Amino acid sequence: MADTSASFSRSDVAHVASLARLDLAEDEIEMYAAQLATILDHVAAVTSLDTSTVAPTAHPLDVSNVVRSDVVGPTLDRDEVLAQAPATESGRFKVPPILGEAP
Amino acid sequence: MSPDPRSEFPSAVETASLVRSGERSARAVIESTLERIARFEAELHCFNLVTDVDALSAADAVDALVAAGKDPGPLAGVPVALKDNMCTRSIPTTAGSRILEGWIPPYDATVVSALRAGGAIVVGKTNLDEFAMGSSTENSAFGTTRNPWDLGRVPGGSSGGSAAAVAAGLATVALGSDTGGSIRQPSALCGVVGVKPTYGLVSRYGLIAFASSLDQIGPIATTVADAATLLEVIAVHDPADSTSLNVTRSRWSTDLAEGIEGLRVGVIEDFLADAAPGCQSGVRAAAEALASAGAKVEEVAVPSLMLGLSAYYLIAPAEASSNLARYDGVRYGLRVEAPDTAEMNSRTRAAGFGPEVKRRIMLGTYVLSAGYYDAYYAQAQRVRTLVARGFAEAYESFDVLLSPTTPSAAFPIGEKSNDPIAMYLSDLFTIPSNLAGHPAVSVPFALDQGLPIGVQVLAPALGESTMFRVAAAVERAADPMARGPIEPRAKTNS
Amino acid sequence: MNANSRSEKWETVVGLEVHAELLTKTKLFCSSPNAFGSEPNTNVCPVCLGLPGSLPVLNEHAVELAIRIGTALGSTIAPSVFHRKNYFYPDMPKDYQISQYDEPINVGGRVELPDGSVVGIVRAHIEEDTGKTSHVGGSGRIHTADYALVDYNRAGVPLVEIVSEPDIRSAEQARSYVNELRAILVATGASDGRLEEGSIRIDANVSVRERGATSFGTRCEVKNLNSLRSLGRAIEYETRRQVAILESGGSVTQETRHWDEDAGETSTLRSKEEAFDYRYFAEPDLVPLAPSSESVEAIRSDLPLLPSARRERLKVLLATEEPVPTEQLTTVVTLGLDDLVAASIALGADSRLALARAANEAATQPELARMLAPAHFTELVRLEASGELSATQAKSVLAEMLETRRSPDEIARRLGFEALAPKELDAAIDSVIAAHPDEWRRFNEGDDKVSQFLLGQVMRETKGRANGKAVAASLAGRRG
Repeated sequence: MADTSASFSRSDVAHVASLARLDLAEDEIEMYAAQLATILDHVAAVTSLDTSTVAPTAHPLDVSNVVRSDVVGPTLDRDEVLAQAPATESGRFKVPPILGEAP
Repeated sequence: MSPDPRSEFPSAVETASLVRSGERSARAVIESTLERIARFEAELHCFNLVTDVDALSAADAVDALVAAGKDPGPLAGVPVALKDNMCTRSIPTTAGSRILEGWIPPYDATVVSALRAGGAIVVGKTNLDEFAMGSSTENSAFGTTRNPWDLGRVPGGSSGGSAAAVAAGLATVALGSDTGGSIRQPSALCGVVGVKPTYGLVSRYGLIAFASSLDQIGPIATTVADAATLLEVIAVHDPADSTSLNVTRSRWSTDLAEGIEGLRVGVIEDFLADAAPGCQSGVRAAAEALASAGAKVEEVAVPSLMLGLSAYYLIAPAEASSNLARYDGVRYGLRVEAPDTAEMNSRTRAAGFGPEVKRRIMLGTYVLSAGYYDAYYAQAQRVRTLVARGFAEAYESFDVLLSPTTPSAAFPIGEKSNDPIAMYLSDLFTIPSNLAGHPAVSVPFALDQGLPIGVQVLAPALGESTMFRVAAAVERAADPMARGPIEPRAKTNS
Repeated sequence: MNANSRSEKWETVVGLEVHAELLTKTKLFCSSPNAFGSEPNTNVCPVCLGLPGSLPVLNEHAVELAIRIGTALGSTIAPSVFHRKNYFYPDMPKDYQISQYDEPINVGGRVELPDGSVVGIVRAHIEEDTGKTSHVGGSGRIHTADYALVDYNRAGVPLVEIVSEPDIRSAEQARSYVNELRAILVATGASDGRLEEGSIRIDANVSVRERGATSFGTRCEVKNLNSLRSLGRAIEYETRRQVAILESGGSVTQETRHWDEDAGETSTLRSKEEAFDYRYFAEPDLVPLAPSSESVEAIRSDLPLLPSARRERLKVLLATEEPVPTEQLTTVVTLGLDDLVAASIALGADSRLALARAANEAATQPELARMLAPAHFTELVRLEASGELSATQAKSVLAEMLETRRSPDEIARRLGFEALAPKELDAAIDSVIAAHPDEWRRFNEGDDKVSQFLLGQVMRETKGRANGKAVAASLAGRRG
């Protein structure tokens, strides 16, 4: 079980920034660590509450089984879509080399 | 005291009636609106984009329908401003962020289609805190919006642009979105009516997501009647949104004149205690007025509601961290080049997101991460249940609840922007309704040292009818000088 | 250490994860077409492109197909929810995948293989597919590319991921499992089962342990298995590699490895020591799924006969003391020819011959073979069994039956394969005996070796029209 009394450390910031694909400079990491530690300390009060008598709210609605029929609908015009893309080639979205496979 | 400028501003209901009968052309309405925008927009900065050309041609289309004897819709000719996190086809939509600067959606949000079908005329996209994260509109990448009641103060947020636009008469009504109070809080600070409907009543299809289980689109207007009418038009069941409720929607606007005799009103004492004196006294006065109108009014303690803020600032960032992952520079929006895709993602997001968005993404990523999920996210979802239980218990004895909408009136620009916790506290009274999925409305009630304060009416899920009735009663008792539209003021007239 | 002694000491343990694309008309969460081979990015909409503001809505037919798969596997059909699996990759429009995590729709189950062994199923859940990336420049491989191009036509296509227990113990069993699973998926109508086309994808989790050990060794995940051959080779390679490490005193690192078919080896993609943190949480844009027991029962009772049941049925029909030709049985069922064989046996055809002709000859053109009239097939088998057609002739007739769908009698006549009248056969044998008295004398004295020669001569004399068995019978009968 995680140590929830610990504040948001610099290495925590570096870790989540990496997971969330956010490039941060060293001084930014410092700054965010301090701010996030303050915020987390404030909201971490919930962790000590006794919630043994309740289930989590998965959803505010009490609804299930919402589905649609398997019928083809309209698609987007490819030109309109690609016009918004930063880079394209032969009808596809172009990106820099992808190192590594999907996790 | 300056002359009441409100007489120049017909409500949405009045405007539609005049346009439908042919007495006034939609074009005239829109021209007048665009004129006012031209006069005041520079000092207020309510809009990221004014869609004047489209608005005028839409107005002409409405007039053509009227001329042809066809039904132009219940909101015919009514100028409406849309928060810039709602997708509008072929019209740039930014969510207040650099990362979407210049992005043009290829589709309309469902509410936008509903508005157009109702004859309403979109006059522009309003400014907001970036990705709806904030309570002051200071987090917009495109400059802050100013409060018409005092240009040195914030309009609230995140729907600050929409609230200020309506407050200054730059649009007759507006749509905002509310995740933790983002419609109600700016409405209170700007002296207008703002409604967060029951979760699922209004489609989220086309609303740029912040926190999916909390977001709702809702109306902002100068009167309760206008807000109810606007809600009727946009609250349609939408098969494109799996969380859209499939229930019959009422004609709330017709229920408003009904009295409130015998209705049981609970004043949330926990919230009163945390409000500034001006807000407290406003709520007490409203409570008295309701009692005089025949309601049974008592104070009630709902302590679990106070847990809402913490739970919210764990759940909302968690969902947001996932909802905002798609902004990666691949398919649309900003891209900062780099030697490989992962680096391109990181540089793009670093350049495209502002500090508040980054904070929430990191916080959200953290609370969902391995080892912390149970203590934080899962726990917050359990606390959410506690909040819902608190409401459920209260609603056994009461039909609606009453509270200040905000802890205080509008604060100066810059005062809280370096203090995230102080900023978050603005939403203390509004957050619980989002957590429970319940409706709530802020009604402008009184002036506190020249600044408007709002009274919040809360109701259980699908309790809009009762909620609007009570809101209308609060409105009847309110200080007419405490609501918009007004001329923008350099500072308050206190 | 050679293969035999290695396999005496070490045991391969394999679990397979199979992803199957579902045969729906539209994608899992939107109504964009689920079609193969379209122009890039033409089957997309705001939802499957992950545009801001878009929302998912579940395809009811995908749910039905998932339940069909679950009932076919003997799973418990459970109330389920969807979860977001969060990670960044360009083929992911939302940079999270909507999948199922700890509450999947199908829980447990089993697959019975033709050889009687059973592989347990852990779960089978619903999830959306990703887009496709192609790496351009360099040698077309990831590591040397200049850039990449992404097509989202496949993004959002419905998948069912079937996870097996680590019950598989050999490359052969792994292949058999995949074949059986494929056949089940095809039988339920959920998938077209085309491994080479990518509508079925396999990842293998391979570990080794000493025979007799009860706990599992460290496993490696192997990806890029595009064919049954690759699957088998990769398992064998991994086994050798891991055994070599353990035998030299090292330990196996838990990691994901990539199979290179050309080089015949796996290589590291990334270390799985620190498993990736997907930060799963319940998908707030979707509501839970709770199929009613009535709907599940309706689906179950509507399910066609599954491959194992079909094999059983045929086995019973073959009704013989001799060992059942399992391979022929499996082939016939896999290719959907068992109905034909069963019907023919019911009409009186020789069961073994019917099975053999279906498995060996008709199987070369399964789509056409499935359209053969049982009456015709039965007649063909009868013609051969009675000796009126030789085996060679019967095969030629069958080939033409597949193409033209004419009756075997018609075709036999057209090809001049009319049965040899007994008189003609006698005359031919007479003439051969007369032409080869020495050989005939030797045959009469009990020399069986010369019977082949005599048989060959009779075949020549009758221009191949004689039936070998009939000739042999006649010759034997004439022996003094």
